[in-house]
Amino acid sequence: MVLWILLVLAAGAAVYYGIRFEGSLKQRDRHAMIALSAITVVILGVQLYRAELLGEIFIEPFAFMGEAPDLFVQVLWQGFVDGTLYALIALGFVLIFKASGVFNFAQGIMVVFGALSLVGLHAAGVPAWGALVLALVIMGVLAVGVERIVLRPLVNQEPIILFMATIGLWYFLIGFGELIFGGEPKVMITEQLGLPTGRWRFDILGGRVNVNQLDVAAAAIAVLLVTGLGIFFNKTRIGRALRAVADDHQAAMSVGISLNQIWRIVWFAAGIVALATGIMWGAKSDVSFALAIVALKALPVLILGGFTSIPGAIVGGLIIGIGEKMAEFYWGPLVGGSIESWFPYFLALIFLLFRPQGLFGDKIIDRI
Amino acid sequence: MSENGSTSVLSVNNIEVIYDHVILVLKGVSLEVPEGGIVALLGANGAGKTTTLKAISNLLHAERGEVTKGSIEFKGDQIDRLNPNELVRRGCIQVMEGRHCFEHLTVEENLMTGAFTRKDGRAKIAADLDLVYSYFPRLRDRKTSLAGYISGGEQQMCAIGRALMSRPDMILLDEPSMGLAPQLVEEIFEIVKRLNEEEQVSFLLAEQNTNVALKYAKYGYILENGRVVMDGEAAQLRENEDVKEFYLGISGDNRRSFKNVKHYKRRKRWLA
Repeated sequence: MVLWILLVLAAGAAVYYGIRFEGSLKQRDRHAMIALSAITVVILGVQLYRAELLGEIFIEPFAFMGEAPDLFVQVLWQGFVDGTLYALIALGFVLIFKASGVFNFAQGIMVVFGALSLVGLHAAGVPAWGALVLALVIMGVLAVGVERIVLRPLVNQEPIILFMATIGLWYFLIGFGELIFGGEPKVMITEQLGLPTGRWRFDILGGRVNVNQLDVAAAAIAVLLVTGLGIFFNKTRIGRALRAVADDHQAAMSVGISLNQIWRIVWFAAGIVALATGIMWGAKSDVSFALAIVALKALPVLILGGFTSIPGAIVGGLIIGIGEKMAEFYWGPLVGGSIESWFPYFLALIFLLFRPQGLFGDKIIDRI
Repeated sequence: MSENGSTSVLSVNNIEVIYDHVILVLKGVSLEVPEGGIVALLGANGAGKTTTLKAISNLLHAERGEVTKGSIEFKGDQIDRLNPNELVRRGCIQVMEGRHCFEHLTVEENLMTGAFTRKDGRAKIAADLDLVYSYFPRLRDRKTSLAGYISGGEQQMCAIGRALMSRPDMILLDEPSMGLAPQLVEEIFEIVKRLNEEEQVSFLLAEQNTNVALKYAKYGYILENGRVVMDGEAAQLRENEDVKEFYLGISGDNRRSFKNVKHYKRRKRWLA
């Protein structure tokens, strides 16, 4: 079964390259390639049809959606909730990438670090809201420290060097976090923060749909953060300067924008987003270093949405979140489950082939 | 030593610039810009014009360049250790070679970034925005377009307008004529002249287009290989035989042929 799918993909890729790279192939080779691929596709199609797989892939899942609309809504909602969290993580990456052109590998660990400091402070006896404020302060200190110790000495270096530095930051934060808070998983202080933990049940479409109130809160907070950041970026003096820096470092310096100040602000904003993500995600599972790995799901989200776009991060996050839940639930059984873990990367690959700048990435401006 | 007895707003004293700790680019450059003056910095490619301007505006540091000797004074203060943003706050701003507009920002947003360092309130900034539009009416028409999509001339105007938004006393203008049609070059230099007269902005402009530069500047310096080889009143320089030959492309005789290339080289060595 898996073999078949791979074959179909290979044939599809051959057709795609045959069409795409017409200029670099000899005419005859190109025709041969297309013809060959077309034949392969037809043969495979027939084979699949005879094995009744075609129906299982293209018809039965949709029929099932129609038969049990309540289940469909439930899956959709779960996908939406995960999607908002992916979007939040991706947002942290976008912020830093936009303003400094650095892919901040350490964003995932910042999520964990933020959540850990919050829980750790509360465990040390600080009341929940005080701990939240202090955790924000810690993220601020982290931002200033990163700018001072990591970014400033590396100004005007290649992006790859800055990228390596963020990998270093990742390991440093893991070690530092374990040193202070210990390595064992912790429980997020959900109730103390006043986040709802109940569950709503809706009897609709002839079935029952469960909605966790925490998920609703997560979505609401995500929407708030995103709107806030959008306004900040587009309407304020600092936001304008941020976008200017993203466009042209040197010109930004020449008009008197301080790169150091901008970087501190951006890293702090990314820190706030990380903390929010850490709280929400921590409340759904627990607060442990494994969360940092989940944060790498932001990669396909960014490829889908574009590395420089805030709306892109949101739409990308939702597509990935909903897409993976749908794939898992309806198509997963065909290949024995666990599509969820690789499906986003598969989607991202397809996107890279056809639209490398993502759905909403910066327009590549060419003056003619 | 200030020219014409007037006080100088900018004075560069014998600076030496080294890139990457090894490459010596400026070998002792000195120049003065009098208050309210337009001074041209002339020379061929690689003579050190841009490096001089960047040394003044402190953008050099980001390119691993360093002023190793000499001093730079702006309005009487030592400025060689300041951040570029601090310098802009004090009233000296550079318009970089090749325009460098923020492509993904609109024209108006570009102009507003120029006011980043100002703390004197929205009303004054809005008034200055109007002023910039009155000097560059074309920018008003295009204020909502992305700067990446406007023409080269408009981008140059946008870059100069952006610098104006910081309310500068002095603009370091690098190669404003680059890649522009002759009429546009004239148009931009006319505006430079008006800004100089009406807004009392001093200009230090680096130019390859010696002809236009000497027409609008009051004083000129000629750089070669990182040294000032000649300086004088613009009118004097225009009449100088060597300047005519090497930079203006005019010579006393009617026509020169390539047979005389050697002769040029010998003369050039004398200049350096």
